[in-house]
Amino acid sequence: MLLQQLINGITLGSVYALIALGYSMVYGILELINFAHGEIYMLGAYFGIIFFGFLTVLGVTNYSIFLSLILTFLLSIMFCSAYGFTIEKIAYKPLRNSTRLSPLISAIGVSIFLQNYVMLTQGATDKVFPNLFGARGFYFLSIRMTYIQLFIIIVSILIMIFLRLFIRRTKIGKAMRAVAQDKTMASLVGINIDTIISITFIIGSALAAVAGLMVAMYYGLVNYFIGYIAGIKAFTAAVLGGIGSIRGAMVGGLLLGLVESLGGSYISGEYKDAYAFVILIIILLVKPGGLFRKAELEKV
Amino acid sequence: MSLLKPLIISIWFALLFLPFKGLKAALFFLIILLLTLLLFNSLFRYKNIFKDPLQKIFNLFEFNILTPLYESIYLRYVLFAALLVIPFFVKDYVLDVAILSCIYIILALGLNVVVGFAGLLNLGFVAFYAIGAYTYALLNTKLGIGFWSALPFSMLLTTIAGFLLAIPALRLRGDYLAIVTLGFGEIVRLILNNWDTLTKGPNGISGISTPVVFSFTFYKLTHFYYLLLFFVAITIFITKRVHKSRIGRAWIAIREDEIAASTIGINTTMYKLYAFAFGAFWAGLAGSIFAAKMQFVSPESFTFMESVLILCMVILGGSGSISGVIVGAFLLVLLPELLREVQLYRMLALGAGLVILMIFRPRGILGGKSASLRI
Repeated sequence: MLLQQLINGITLGSVYALIALGYSMVYGILELINFAHGEIYMLGAYFGIIFFGFLTVLGVTNYSIFLSLILTFLLSIMFCSAYGFTIEKIAYKPLRNSTRLSPLISAIGVSIFLQNYVMLTQGATDKVFPNLFGARGFYFLSIRMTYIQLFIIIVSILIMIFLRLFIRRTKIGKAMRAVAQDKTMASLVGINIDTIISITFIIGSALAAVAGLMVAMYYGLVNYFIGYIAGIKAFTAAVLGGIGSIRGAMVGGLLLGLVESLGGSYISGEYKDAYAFVILIIILLVKPGGLFRKAELEKV
Repeated sequence: MSLLKPLIISIWFALLFLPFKGLKAALFFLIILLLTLLLFNSLFRYKNIFKDPLQKIFNLFEFNILTPLYESIYLRYVLFAALLVIPFFVKDYVLDVAILSCIYIILALGLNVVVGFAGLLNLGFVAFYAIGAYTYALLNTKLGIGFWSALPFSMLLTTIAGFLLAIPALRLRGDYLAIVTLGFGEIVRLILNNWDTLTKGPNGISGISTPVVFSFTFYKLTHFYYLLLFFVAITIFITKRVHKSRIGRAWIAIREDEIAASTIGINTTMYKLYAFAFGAFWAGLAGSIFAAKMQFVSPESFTFMESVLILCMVILGGSGSISGVIVGAFLLVLLPELLREVQLYRMLALGAGLVILMIFRPRGILGGKSASLRI
């Protein structure tokens, strides 16, 4: 029972971690809580259903399930990145020099807009993602781990490793770290700030798309309001680990997933959604910088 | 050249739209968007596709036209007299909308204290509204306490809740604060939804009694209308006085520059606490009235969207300006009623409206200039 819940928690946690990375990267660079990020995740799930359905109609799925899955992933990553890019250009870029609250309110506006946009075009009912692997999986010691759970955990780990290498080793990653530290200095040494911000949004959205698509495969059901609650939880995960830190987002996501799955089965399932908020408030009270980051003094 | 840019923009958005409704709808969307952009282009030079025209429209609402009209004292008397006699001339439906507007005006004025005066973003304001409504509902249905005796209780309780929420607020900066308040709102809603023995969960509490004054029971819409008019007047009066007082000035100082405010000896922590508690106080009032008027409360009325709606009222009219907030609340109640046919698109427009407002008029339609000078 405990081990089973651990596996469920790690699965859920890797999804939160993927979404949390997007929050963390954007916050690190723009100091903005990208409220619309949860909606990108929701869009990713919807794109998954739409494109997989489209490929099935075309007959690609009959030819090879894996080919059509790969194509679905690629297409929804592309579209989600395009959405993330566009949102930044429309809703955040004009507000870059305004007060702190304006971009946040604008982000809430984007989030409401996207939710209703999807509801109006796709309908308010649940959408179904075809169950590809069934309930097949491994069994050992009466614990079950389905193939989808394994898939989610492996993909998340691979993505996080690649992201870490990308940020640490490549020139763009170096530029991103520079912009996060000091925008003015970074632009003085010849980094194009706008490009770096756009790249950040594109990468974050791509991660959210993968998370959304994997959740659609895992649960099989998608609705237009899943983005809001997942977004808040992922944000909690990012804060838990220390916002702006990549490693923190990963650990925070896993911790949150574990707490939710263990708390949901041992304390009370009804309050499952409240744990994230309680953790968030406690963390902000006790260690506002998160687990992996020293508390910083506010710059004057 | 002038054709290329709009074409690229329309193709880009049509591509984004493509997966949702298929090729035909996307092409249709492309053509519509292209034509609109070209129209704007030919009208206002292609460099400022959006900026200029919208700015001009917003400029119409600038002080010089509306403010003197509003500030003229005679207009106020006329307006007040009109509000008093309205119930004799209109249908019940109009009164219903008026009552709803009044409840939201009280709520928006309360949130305005937090957001507009003190500059703290509160995304969980609806939690106080819910606490106020449920306090009265429970006191009334479980203990049989009347509206007037329960009102001070529920207002006190929401004020205390405001204090409690403010304690984490003292240590957090703007956007963290927003998320914590949001979390608080969700926790309150989840508790109301799941504590079946006390709140009857999602079924809500029904059979709440209406106010009684000297053995006269409020039962018609007209009665509630006058009751609310009375409370709105009190709310406006008190928030206005507080705004002009030492506390109000301290709030504005904190809003404009917290560090500067603390260097001139303002205890920023204390004043932020006051702002939260004072704002919550009004939500308690609005909540109790709401419960008494509807005679029914359920967690469904207190979702995050409700918080956003109240926030929109404050921001739309102009946060910090009392008349602006009243106009904002009134507009946001009235518009959906007028646009019943396109109600599906209401939230879509609200979302887009927020973004547009933030870009072109971050201080709202009637919002004043910043009190400080940015260098």
